[in-house]
Amino acid sequence: MSDIIIHTEELVKQYGDVTAVDHLNLRIGEGEVFGLLGPNGAGKTTTTLMLLGLTEPTSGHAWIDGHDCTRESLAVKKEVGYLPDNVGFYPDMTGRENLLFSGEMNGLSKEAAKSRAVELLERVGMTYAADRKTGGYSRGMRQRLGIADVLMKDPRIIIMDEPTLGIDPAGMQELTHLIRELSVKDGRTILISSHELFQIQEISDRVGIFVGGRMIACGGIEELGAQIESDEKLYQLEIRAEKAGLRREEAEELLMKLVRGIPDVRAVQRTQTGMIHIDAGSNIEAQLLTVLVGNGFVLREMHERGGDLYEIYRKYFEKAGEQNGSTDNRNGNGESQAGFGQKLAGILR
Amino acid sequence: MENPKPDLGRSLREFSADWNSDNSRVNRHGFAVLYRKELADHLESRRFWILFFLLLIISMVSLRGALNTISGAASQASSQGQSITDFLFLALFTTSGSSIYSFSTFLGFLGPIFGIMLGFDAINEERSQGTLNRLAAQPIYRDTIINAKFCAGATVIFITIFSIGLLFTGAGIVISGIEPRAEEFARIAIFLLVAAIYICVWLSISILFSTLSKHAATSALGCIALWLFLTMFLSLFASGLANMLYPADSARATMMDAINNYRVRVGFSRISPYYLFNEVTSVLMNPNIHSLDIMSTLESEYSQIASYLTLGQSVLQIWPQIVAMFAETVIGFAVAYICFMNREIRA
Repeated sequence: MSDIIIHTEELVKQYGDVTAVDHLNLRIGEGEVFGLLGPNGAGKTTTTLMLLGLTEPTSGHAWIDGHDCTRESLAVKKEVGYLPDNVGFYPDMTGRENLLFSGEMNGLSKEAAKSRAVELLERVGMTYAADRKTGGYSRGMRQRLGIADVLMKDPRIIIMDEPTLGIDPAGMQELTHLIRELSVKDGRTILISSHELFQIQEISDRVGIFVGGRMIACGGIEELGAQIESDEKLYQLEIRAEKAGLRREEAEELLMKLVRGIPDVRAVQRTQTGMIHIDAGSNIEAQLLTVLVGNGFVLREMHERGGDLYEIYRKYFEKAGEQNGSTDNRNGNGESQAGFGQKLAGILR
Repeated sequence: MENPKPDLGRSLREFSADWNSDNSRVNRHGFAVLYRKELADHLESRRFWILFFLLLIISMVSLRGALNTISGAASQASSQGQSITDFLFLALFTTSGSSIYSFSTFLGFLGPIFGIMLGFDAINEERSQGTLNRLAAQPIYRDTIINAKFCAGATVIFITIFSIGLLFTGAGIVISGIEPRAEEFARIAIFLLVAAIYICVWLSISILFSTLSKHAATSALGCIALWLFLTMFLSLFASGLANMLYPADSARATMMDAINNYRVRVGFSRISPYYLFNEVTSVLMNPNIHSLDIMSTLESEYSQIASYLTLGQSVLQIWPQIVAMFAETVIGFAVAYICFMNREIRA
């Protein structure tokens, strides 16, 4: 791997009794796109703020390009562009004026700032709204202007916090493409934090999974997948089946009962989308089909799952949950994490 | 710990190295850009112009009232072969009309509103717009944000006070035909300077409120409540406290009690910038007043030579008041600064 440009060592941040970030060790190479993945309240934003020197760590250190993030925050801020979640602009200024302000803050002359703003507005596709006041911008427009705003600085490193939150699918794809381009075309290092798994999977070279302030896994997507498979053999299936003469709920109840009876099946649960999810220790497809046919079910859908980031995430997430104890509800994470898994399932389909 | 003696040369060299370092340059540039933006924001805002014209109209109306009163008094005096005062022009600032306050009273009342208007949403607005973290991620030190905001506000105050004060002076010359003497000009300039400092007290208090409270409305209401209290009610508290400590109206009260009563009352009232400002105005704009202390006032009734105080002596009398107002500004800003630096940047 190339030179390490972002580096943290035993980084800890506590708010009162709550540990938002717990002994974080992170190494990100130059030119890499690193995804910080985790549910809300996992400490992602706190980590990005500490990297920028906007929040002081309780203990530990962070360096960006050799500069201590806490002590030499100015040197860090010169090189790092930051796109906060829910980025805001001065509502009484136009998009262009906001960009010019950022440009001048970063030492560009008026002319240089102007020409760069024109170029960047074109690049993020905001030229049409450049001279409107940002107070009337939609969320997607603000986010795109935010990327232009970060690029006004021409940073080597970009830190983005939930850049696609609350953006419609089309806009999301466009944005993802844009972000990917920043890395591939311009060779910038990007640290992107998100709970949108799908997007992280698409953009990132490497992923760090963050739960309850700790990074529980880190590596390339294949690497993470391999780590899980070596842990235990797991087959995952999702099926939807119907039986004539039974209502849907009754059919599902019966089906789940039948599936549980198959040897080697570890867990059976309903998903959000009305499918039935099966974890098994060996390939049970043949037995499953026999059972279905034998009981008069008609199979409508069957998917094999696994290998994508969702599964990886789910596995790590479950493991972390076991370690924390299922009743552990610190930060109020317990609830949001449960909801998070379901939401992820929705996104992936 | 072997070098307790400060090495001035080295400190200076270190300071200059630091001042000329790349980071300081970048930070100063950021400060200048932010300062210019804040200044432009203030000068382009509607509420600034509303208050500016309000102050302007009021100053012109109070000038009219003062002229009526003075011309009445002057014609009366001249019929008796006397003049009312040698400092007639200064009287324009402090004389009230039959139904309207004087210019200095208006400034004492409305100045704080002007200061509050400039600062009450300085920090919390940035926070609620989501621009604070974006701004803090620019290559500037964090305190530059609050420093630039304060400096821009103070600049607006100085511009406003001096332009309105000079317009008032000019209009006064044209309408009344009185020519101010050099000393009068100097007194007016110092008066305007003090008025600007007085309003800066309220600027720093409102910036403090804007760092403390989340919503702009809360901070505005908090500032206005404090302003009302210090302007209207503190004197009631002060006399209540004084009467409790040194009851001056009972039969057994001595002269000492009366004096102590007065001193407690005044001392307590002097917490309020409004009181300080009024004291400054009364001495600075009326060279007849020799001192603010009760003892010398009592003495003066028997022993004082009727004469005017020189400018230097007048300023000497009110120097503590000016310093106190300056200190209040600094303290307000310092607390705001500390709060701002210790607050989390995130929303």
